[in-house]
Amino acid sequence: MASRRSAVFAFAAGILAAVLPGAARAQGNLTVYCSVQEEWCRPMMAAFERATGVRVAMTRKSSGETLTQIRAEASNPRGDVWWGGTGDPHMQAGQENLTEEYRSPRLPELQPWAVRQAEQANFRTVGIYAGALGYSYNTRELERRRITAPRCWSDLAKPEFRGEVQVADPNTSGTAYTMLATLVQVMGEEPAFTYLRALHRNVNQYTRSGAAPARAAATGETLVGITFLHDAVTQKIAGAPVNIVAPCEGTGYEIGSMSIIRGARNMENARRFYDWALSPEAQAIAGTANSFQLPSNRASPIPPQAPRFEDVRLIDYDFARWGSAEERTRLLTRWEREVRAGAR
Amino acid sequence: MGALTLGRLALAAGLLGLLLAPWHGLEGGVDALSAWPGGDAAPLLALLLDGSRWWLWPVVGLLGLATIPIVAGRSSGGLVASTGLALLAFVLVQGQAIGLRGLRWEWLAPLLGAPPAQQALGWGGALVLAAAIGLISAGLAQRGRFGGDAFIAFLVVGSGALLLLFVFVPLIVILSAAAVEDGHVAPGALAARLAAPEAWSLACVTSHQGCGVVWNTLLLAILAAVSSTLIGLAFALLSARGGVRAQPAFRAMTMLPLITPPFVVSLALIVLFGRTGLVTTALWEWFDIPRSRWIYGLPGVLLAQALSQAPIAFVLLEGAVRAIGPSLEEAASTMGARRFTVFRTVTWPLLRPAVAACLLLGFVESLADFGNPLVLGGDFDVLSTRIFFAIAGARHEPGRAAALAILLLALTFGAFALQTLWLGRRRYTTVTGKGDSGAPAPLPRGLRIACGSVAWPWMAFTAAVYGIILIGGFVHDIGRGDMAFTWRHILTGFAVEWQDGMAFRGSAWDSLFTTIEVAAISAPITAGLGILLAWLLARQSFPGRGTLEFLTMLSFAIPGTVVGVSYIMAFNEPPIELTGTALILILCFVFRNLPVGVRGGIAALAQIDKSLDEASATMGAGALQTLRRVVLPLLRPAIVAALAYSFVHAMTAVSAVIFLVSARHNLATVYIVGRVEAGEMALAIAYSTVLIVVMLAVVLGIERLVGRAQIGRRAAPAGNLVA
Repeated sequence: MASRRSAVFAFAAGILAAVLPGAARAQGNLTVYCSVQEEWCRPMMAAFERATGVRVAMTRKSSGETLTQIRAEASNPRGDVWWGGTGDPHMQAGQENLTEEYRSPRLPELQPWAVRQAEQANFRTVGIYAGALGYSYNTRELERRRITAPRCWSDLAKPEFRGEVQVADPNTSGTAYTMLATLVQVMGEEPAFTYLRALHRNVNQYTRSGAAPARAAATGETLVGITFLHDAVTQKIAGAPVNIVAPCEGTGYEIGSMSIIRGARNMENARRFYDWALSPEAQAIAGTANSFQLPSNRASPIPPQAPRFEDVRLIDYDFARWGSAEERTRLLTRWEREVRAGAR
Repeated sequence: MGALTLGRLALAAGLLGLLLAPWHGLEGGVDALSAWPGGDAAPLLALLLDGSRWWLWPVVGLLGLATIPIVAGRSSGGLVASTGLALLAFVLVQGQAIGLRGLRWEWLAPLLGAPPAQQALGWGGALVLAAAIGLISAGLAQRGRFGGDAFIAFLVVGSGALLLLFVFVPLIVILSAAAVEDGHVAPGALAARLAAPEAWSLACVTSHQGCGVVWNTLLLAILAAVSSTLIGLAFALLSARGGVRAQPAFRAMTMLPLITPPFVVSLALIVLFGRTGLVTTALWEWFDIPRSRWIYGLPGVLLAQALSQAPIAFVLLEGAVRAIGPSLEEAASTMGARRFTVFRTVTWPLLRPAVAACLLLGFVESLADFGNPLVLGGDFDVLSTRIFFAIAGARHEPGRAAALAILLLALTFGAFALQTLWLGRRRYTTVTGKGDSGAPAPLPRGLRIACGSVAWPWMAFTAAVYGIILIGGFVHDIGRGDMAFTWRHILTGFAVEWQDGMAFRGSAWDSLFTTIEVAAISAPITAGLGILLAWLLARQSFPGRGTLEFLTMLSFAIPGTVVGVSYIMAFNEPPIELTGTALILILCFVFRNLPVGVRGGIAALAQIDKSLDEASATMGAGALQTLRRVVLPLLRPAIVAALAYSFVHAMTAVSAVIFLVSARHNLATVYIVGRVEAGEMALAIAYSTVLIVVMLAVVLGIERLVGRAQIGRRAAPAGNLVA
């Protein structure tokens, strides 16, 4: 009986705690929109709270949803920092004047790709991690079909992969758009669209979420899933029978970014978080949270499982050009008309 | 209630809002109250006296103007009503004119100069607005409108204002976005968007391409409505007429889908029928049936929707079958009709209204469904997901989303119109109050076998799906067939530590607490407002009743995604600023679930003879007293149903709230969507199991507390009349 009463009491206390905003807030508040996996968002915020005493309120949403929210709230912003998520929406937010210019004192410590992206964005965003594009295949399904293991982009267009490739829809997923832009940069626009039309026959489904194909390849729902490599690594570490491929022709990458929202109510703490999130200590949290991207600070430890950029042929991805709204709309419209509308 | 009493109450509320309550919203939460009567928590009077809100003096003037006739007790309803109206208009318009960055309506500059920035209205503002509504109603009642009853006047005016503000205005805001391109009004763009080939293309008839999204949606909704109605009918006939002794199993099956969070059924279907699913693999290994991906697309979504809709059809149809007076069927068979003839010519025609209701409900629910097409749709797109990605996708196109939303609304209204046409003006009365004794006709044998062959496999199928959900949260990775037992997922979400008291370490606790809190607050409001509105619509006649009914039902037809985006567009800026609060979630749930409460209340009221009201009125009771002493006690079952429904729906809604949740107020379903997106199916399923348990406990608790909700004529036992 007593235990039941105390359980009820604890429950009521929990509700009370949820209703009443916390009392002691010597260091103030910070609202963060987080666009990486929940698993990584939480320890990051907890670590920042421990390090500074600032109370963090965090929402996790995909980068597309977050951009929508920031746009809708533009005249009366609710969030302070937007942390994580692929770089294009961050660049877009910068172009639309939704985010604030800020040059962190930690900029010189960063990898060259991060510095270059920040320059291209007029310092309205900064890279916090990078992940290369590629694909993963289910080894069990591959053996069953006796197909030679694919190594390149061109392998995926072969007839034996008919109906066995999964990739996200570039209209809904930044990952898939990165693939589109990468192929155009690797092959040139015309050959890239010829390739995409051939690939289209092998695609069994255009998923809406960018990371979903990695999961589908892990469970065998599809043979090949095109995603960022770190998404596939997460599946492999969970024990899935997958092999990870960085295509031989070279590949593009995303820069997971961070921006300060224009008109943030807690500007001081937002800058504090910004500087802290670029530090090696903060970036070391990723590896412990099953996230295997490359950190942007040169001094940050690289998780041993992470796909290293040295092993990947990276192209010189032009974020400013391919991230711009006009180029994006042009490519997507063309893809919709010439690739998606085709027969399979 | 007399008009003067209401007028005095309104004045009291106005004074409270003027003198005590903080005029603006409290940005810093409850802590800001410590600064009262200055700082953020200052009441209007303090703001007027220090001169920072000098343009608000008319509020005092208008309140004073209304005081004179009310205190003097002289009847001048016209003055009171128009003062109230002026007050309402003034407060809202000045909030529009002067916003967060000072003056917003430039053309007022010569008059107002450069006023300081003004935040959103707070409790003081809300009280003054309520006072204005009260004054309008009191004035109207005094002039003899609404039968001279101030209580009814207040209910009508108040609920009308709320519905306008929280249903109509957001809808107008988002729909007007359909005609805007690059910040300009462009009717050409509207026409182009409405007629876009992405919506209407018929390419699938002639080639391998996909068809327009309107056709997809229509096809899916028709199939879902028909299949769920047929399955529900088979169950209903078996249960009511088939002499089956499996009532508890039937009842459990009808409960489960109602309390299942979205996505979960879809996940379970993938685990069973995906290309590497349990059933698919078994079929492949034993019978060499090739594995395919048929589940992703129309078949999968249809299956998931039928699973969730068939039980509701069963509940509706079973009630209808049981309500058919056996005497009619007995008469037919006495006259020599064979069993099947009796069924075909008597039973089936009498079931028509219920079947139509089921078809309509199945159709509309399928139109509004967002979760299942999202997970299982594959390349098969429907309007609800298209709208979502038009807003939150890689390309941000609110105009296109709004146009698609108009198409979706048109489909819904078309369905309502068709139903009215089909049922026509025929009457289907079976409960006449005359003796309806006699034995109900048993089912014809062939029909019974047919029903059984549908119902039993479906039952097994439902059991398998829920079995998967039950197991899924407690094994390593059910999607990959890794069936080792683990507590890991439950611990990730719901770990509790002892560290100077209880510390909720699990990642799901925050959202679970918020969800329960929001659902627990919104459910009683929904039920109360719904029953009141039902009583108004069914029992009172007043000008504008049709409009009020339309406004009430409107939110049922608006798909969740549209509601969510429209709320964030409409309520993000002063004078009414609600984004980021728990209040916007509560309001969203209240006005979304309201139609069901109203419908249930109207149906229940139809069964209570109006002579009871009249008797109460004859003996001198006012409307309020009649409602409290006579009608409400008789409506208990409807109240229970509305409470349970709105609680459960507040806990399982996803499409409407995905844009409304904020850092401090996250909801369980949105959290689950995030988990699914990240591929953490097991954690999603584990959390869903917890939600199912919570909802089951609450629904059973409500039933235990207030008595089981029975819909039907025999549901109101005589004992209630005494109480």
